[in-house]
Amino acid sequence: MAAIRIDGVAKTYPNGHVAIRPLDLAIDAGEFLVLVGPSGCGKSTLLRLLAGLETPTSGRIAIGGVDVTGLPPQARDLAMVFQSYALYPHMSVRGNLAYGLQVRRTDPQVVTRRVAAVAAALDLGDLLDRRPAQLSGGERQRVALGRAMVRQPKAFLLDEPLSNLDPALRAQARAELRRLHRALAVTMVYVTHDQEEAMTLGGRVAVLRDGAIEQVAPPLDVYAEPVNTFVARFIGAPPMNLVPAALLAIDAAPGLLAGVRPQDVALVTSGSLRATVDFVEPRGHDSVVHLRLDSPAADPFLAVVAGAAPPPPGSQVFVRIAPDRLHLFDGRYGVRMKR
Amino acid sequence: MNRDMTIEREERRLARWFVAPALAFIVLGSLVPIAATGWEALYGHDLRLPWLGRPFVGLSNFVEAAADPRFRSALLHTAIFALITVPLELALGLALALMMHTAIRGRPLFRLAVLLPWAIPTVIGALIWRFMFDARAGVITAALQSVGAASESFDWFAHPLAAWVPIGAADIWKTTPFVAILLLAGLQTIDPALHEAARMDGAGSVRRFATITLPLLRPALVVAAAFRMLDALRLFDVAYVTTAGGPGTSTETLSLYAFVALMQRLRFGYGSALSVAIFLLTFAFALVWVRALGRSLIGDRT
Amino acid sequence: MTSGSAVARLASAALLVLLLFPIFWMLSSSVTPESRLFEARPLLPAALSFAHYRALFDERDFLIPLGNSLVVAAMTTAVVLPVAALCAYALARLRFRGRGLLLALILAVSMFPQISIVPPLYLILRELRLLDTYPGLVLPYVTFSAPLAVWLLTGFFRQLPAELEQAAMVDGASRLRALRDVVVPLAAPGVATAAILTFLYCWNEFLFALSFTLSPDRYTVPVAVTLFRGRYQVPWGQVLAATVVATIPVALLVVAVQRRIVAGLTAGASKG
Repeated sequence: MAAIRIDGVAKTYPNGHVAIRPLDLAIDAGEFLVLVGPSGCGKSTLLRLLAGLETPTSGRIAIGGVDVTGLPPQARDLAMVFQSYALYPHMSVRGNLAYGLQVRRTDPQVVTRRVAAVAAALDLGDLLDRRPAQLSGGERQRVALGRAMVRQPKAFLLDEPLSNLDPALRAQARAELRRLHRALAVTMVYVTHDQEEAMTLGGRVAVLRDGAIEQVAPPLDVYAEPVNTFVARFIGAPPMNLVPAALLAIDAAPGLLAGVRPQDVALVTSGSLRATVDFVEPRGHDSVVHLRLDSPAADPFLAVVAGAAPPPPGSQVFVRIAPDRLHLFDGRYGVRMKR
Repeated sequence: MNRDMTIEREERRLARWFVAPALAFIVLGSLVPIAATGWEALYGHDLRLPWLGRPFVGLSNFVEAAADPRFRSALLHTAIFALITVPLELALGLALALMMHTAIRGRPLFRLAVLLPWAIPTVIGALIWRFMFDARAGVITAALQSVGAASESFDWFAHPLAAWVPIGAADIWKTTPFVAILLLAGLQTIDPALHEAARMDGAGSVRRFATITLPLLRPALVVAAAFRMLDALRLFDVAYVTTAGGPGTSTETLSLYAFVALMQRLRFGYGSALSVAIFLLTFAFALVWVRALGRSLIGDRT
Repeated sequence: MTSGSAVARLASAALLVLLLFPIFWMLSSSVTPESRLFEARPLLPAALSFAHYRALFDERDFLIPLGNSLVVAAMTTAVVLPVAALCAYALARLRFRGRGLLLALILAVSMFPQISIVPPLYLILRELRLLDTYPGLVLPYVTFSAPLAVWLLTGFFRQLPAELEQAAMVDGASRLRALRDVVVPLAAPGVATAAILTFLYCWNEFLFALSFTLSPDRYTVPVAVTLFRGRYQVPWGQVLAATVVATIPVALLVVAVQRRIVAGLTAGASKG
């Protein structure tokens, strides 16, 4: 396992498209880092730069202390799990698992041993002689993972490996991935567009937008102290409410934005901030109440209310927010302000 | 492993080697010869009169061609032929493609009917059509006679205008399948959901065809039209085999005339000038079309 | 057959008849005895006669042009496939400058009037004493059949997932190794279609064969059939027999792989 350093790496394509602005990122050895962001933010590009499938326009990449910027993918000793798994369709599962080792002319006995070990770990023993076309989605995903594991590389690169699975399988696969990481203690760089996946998997989460990193921090920090309004609204579902600070009757300079997560909003029968219930989305255990604030702009506001008896549509309620659950952001750039 | 052999650099390096053989054939097999033809056109070179040598004559071959009535009629023949057969081929090909696209049963029969004429060598097809139009044994002549539409032993090939019919028939028969396949590809890329939505809106099949199918098929139609026009301008095989340009020279196409000048009269200088003229004609036409074509063929990859 | 009105069905039937009738007539006429060939006769011949076929092979030794066509087609295909496949792979997968120019060139070649290059090729081949030889035909054949092969194979390679080669490269294979281990095994369908189309082109080709072969025992099939000469008139019986014989190989080929051909042509046409 190796640490990865990204120094001032940028990528502009020949047609002028800027995919990555100069960014720095230090990934510790053995860490599970998630790159998350909306589509087009550059997370997959960054992963491909790490893999060597693309070359940065500027900056350097070092893996395990070695500068790999000028090296092709073959020389970097990394393993990649693709979104489509990219299993070799004309080879058996065994062939797929063994390929990376055979290409490096590993001793055949070592190959057999490692393939068997990985097959056992991922429960692929019965499938070794099948072709990818004969496997289910979940089985293919495991083979893709196994192909990476067999090589014992310096780091794993995973490009949305769970997005092709059924939602039910996805949760299970997530748990298995976490277990795997704990067992292998190998560096993993994981790309996803799903913020919930990022939060549950990552040791640290890097939120990207338009080719730049907005924030890198452990999931709870990103959730509790988002560094700007973009991160605040991207992480957490339903998204954080953002309204002018004055609305929430906060004594703050004009032009500031106040943010509060729907889960931190309580609906009470009396208070200073009135709102009308627009409609309610029952989620079983709780409900998402869509409100309209009693403000000049009738700003929409979300609250998550526990229990099965939310206020009915059309009713009037009062909004109460605990002061320590309030986030303040600068009105112009959306940057987090200290209280 | 070399230092600084990034993936892009390796791709560029490999590309040079991979592309080289094809490029060599293209350059040596067509670009150099075309230039050589242009060069040859500037000389008087009659293989039957070798003692005259090969003097430089400048543009006099071209001047001769411009004034040559036989060249002018060949040009006229070719242009009119193209303007008549290409729309016919497009229409028939479209009809065929639509049938193949919507057919529920009988698809293999359609495929067969489409692929056989296309696969049969052009000259073979032309010979069959010539046989069918033959005055004595031709089944078409016989059929028309039995309906009373033609007189006794009407010889298509003796009539300057009628002789074009067998040529046209052979050409359209052979090339409509190709057009149909191209258009079928285009039809298959049209999202059926569009038609379903239109049907729910109450649009009949004619209206749907006009407002959904035709506009979305435009790129494929443009491609098919361009290829067919180019082929029609270069027409040789069918004309040679069906009528050999006859009666006289009334069905002579441009390529046929150039061939006669080159290989029968062995006037290489003049024949080269004719070839250059044909080349410039098709090149000019291709330039106009390539703008429309290029975008659909190269695709929108970055 | 088609979903639609009786008019549509009638039109389908008419088109089918128009397309298939000449082939049927060719077959039926080729087995009609000479004496009945020029009379009014029913669609199906009453008595079958294979005299034309016998004459074709005994008197005219039709096996020779058949062999010539076969050899030239085989040689051309053997050259075109690797040349076109490499070029197509580069166009489909590799990032290099001049892609657009190359595509334009390839497109341009397919638009050439073939007659335009006959003069210099004739003179060069005459100089090199390659007139009336197999290589003399293979050169122009390769040049003019390569564009279609490249176009077809480029479309085919584009449809192969690029991630397969990328996975192989990340796994440690060089690009060439990845080509060999991953792309080549999967390239068979596309290469087969390209081979068939190239073969069809060679079997079909007329102008170059007419111009660059001199002696009857070097004629290819199209030339041989066209230049049949009878003593007084065109020997239609034998010509028709020859057309049938010339058609059978390509017809069988096409029928055997019809699905693949249509798929290959439409795959090349649609944007990946």
